[in-house]
Amino acid sequence: MKDLFKVNTKTIVATGLGAAIFTLLFMFVKVPSPVPETSFQTAYGVSAFFATLFGPIAGALIAFIGHALSDAIQYGTPWWSWVIASGVSGFIFGLAFKRTKVEEGEFKGKDILTFNIIQIIGNAIAWVVVAPLLDIIIYQEPASLVFTQGITAAIMNIVSTGVIGTLLLIAYAATRTKKGSLSKG
Amino acid sequence: MNAKLKLFSYNMADTFIHRLSGVTKLVCFLLLTFAVMFSYDIRVILGMMVLSIILMRMAQIRFSQIRLMLVYVLIFLLTNAIISFFFSPEQGVKIYGTKHAFAEVWGISLTWEQVFYQVTKFFKYASVVPLGMIFLLTTNPSEFASSLNGVGVNYKAAYAVALTLRYFPDVQRDYHDIYLAQQARGLELSSKAKFFDRFKNSLLIVIPLIFSTLDRIEVISNAMDLRGFSKSKTRTWYTSRKLSRQDVLALVVSAVLLLFTVAVSVFINRSRFYNPFI
Repeated sequence: MKDLFKVNTKTIVATGLGAAIFTLLFMFVKVPSPVPETSFQTAYGVSAFFATLFGPIAGALIAFIGHALSDAIQYGTPWWSWVIASGVSGFIFGLAFKRTKVEEGEFKGKDILTFNIIQIIGNAIAWVVVAPLLDIIIYQEPASLVFTQGITAAIMNIVSTGVIGTLLLIAYAATRTKKGSLSKG
Repeated sequence: MNAKLKLFSYNMADTFIHRLSGVTKLVCFLLLTFAVMFSYDIRVILGMMVLSIILMRMAQIRFSQIRLMLVYVLIFLLTNAIISFFFSPEQGVKIYGTKHAFAEVWGISLTWEQVFYQVTKFFKYASVVPLGMIFLLTTNPSEFASSLNGVGVNYKAAYAVALTLRYFPDVQRDYHDIYLAQQARGLELSSKAKFFDRFKNSLLIVIPLIFSTLDRIEVISNAMDLRGFSKSKTRTWYTSRKLSRQDVLALVVSAVLLLFTVAVSVFINRSRFYNPFI
């Protein structure tokens, strides 16, 4: 699809504000998990939601800027390997852009399935492949550790993206005017 | 939630580092961070750490500004050290190729190689932090977007970053309002609630936040469109500055330090690691 990568003013603004929400949720709205240095991040549900509405460029930038900024605020410097992986996940989530009928006010069965298949692929690639590999290349972390962290992160992010992203999209679809909802009297 | 948390608590001061342009600081930060990320030579890393602490003094950064970050970083580094030991107690042996065990605990042998690897790693991560803090605390947030554009990032992406920095405090305030409103309605959001309830309740804050933001996106993008945003290929920035002689000096010094780090790895250590065991 040609206009998958189209960027207009609205995309830019959505990216900026989406990244602000992502930063905030990434820092404050997370539920800790038993594995160290990982947690249920509600932020990925939001990046998937914005990516589905505004496309892969917005998705990638929201997760990249948001993750880099929240790392910078908390630790003083971004953890680049995971920041890049976040960007990759947001980009892949964006492939759901225009593949669902959410803008026409419908988000049911098939649309939910499409969205979730894409988000599962996105999370799997980002956390099981990109993040651990970059950790090994950039930081020379032990492989067994980074892959365990990666797989845990993937599972948790799939759950939170699936639940939060799907619910947000259903709520959003309810606010749109349905196609053909007007009938001739 | 800490409502007083200030984003980029930029302090205005007139020091050598504050006078550098945003582009210079961003490039220097990236060059020096890359040097530390690349090297696993503890001598280079400690040298870099001393340098960045000197720079921090020069920039008149007070300890109270960075205390919270330091606590977070230390917690992160300690957990990282502990779990990376339990996941891979022989990583050092694998890297340095020798094995000098000095003790044995529960069948795991403690080796000097592992200790050396973990100490190096600790300082490697720790030494990046002051660099980032100097950059964050001495760069004017409104200059940040123009510096991103200055190093070649597309101005639309740079503008998205500027919007993020501009609207983060607003979003934070909205979040706080919704949080209090939901609590007033009797929603339990603290750790007293059960795991599943916390998950569900966090959603009850996120949904209003998202929908108020979608309205705001509409308003802002209309305003920007009316003012002709993104009609041209380039744009100018109100806050951009021309490079001075000091900027050039800082850039050259950082580039030399990066080249020096790479040279040490290539010609002296012949790998990214400094190996004292051979």
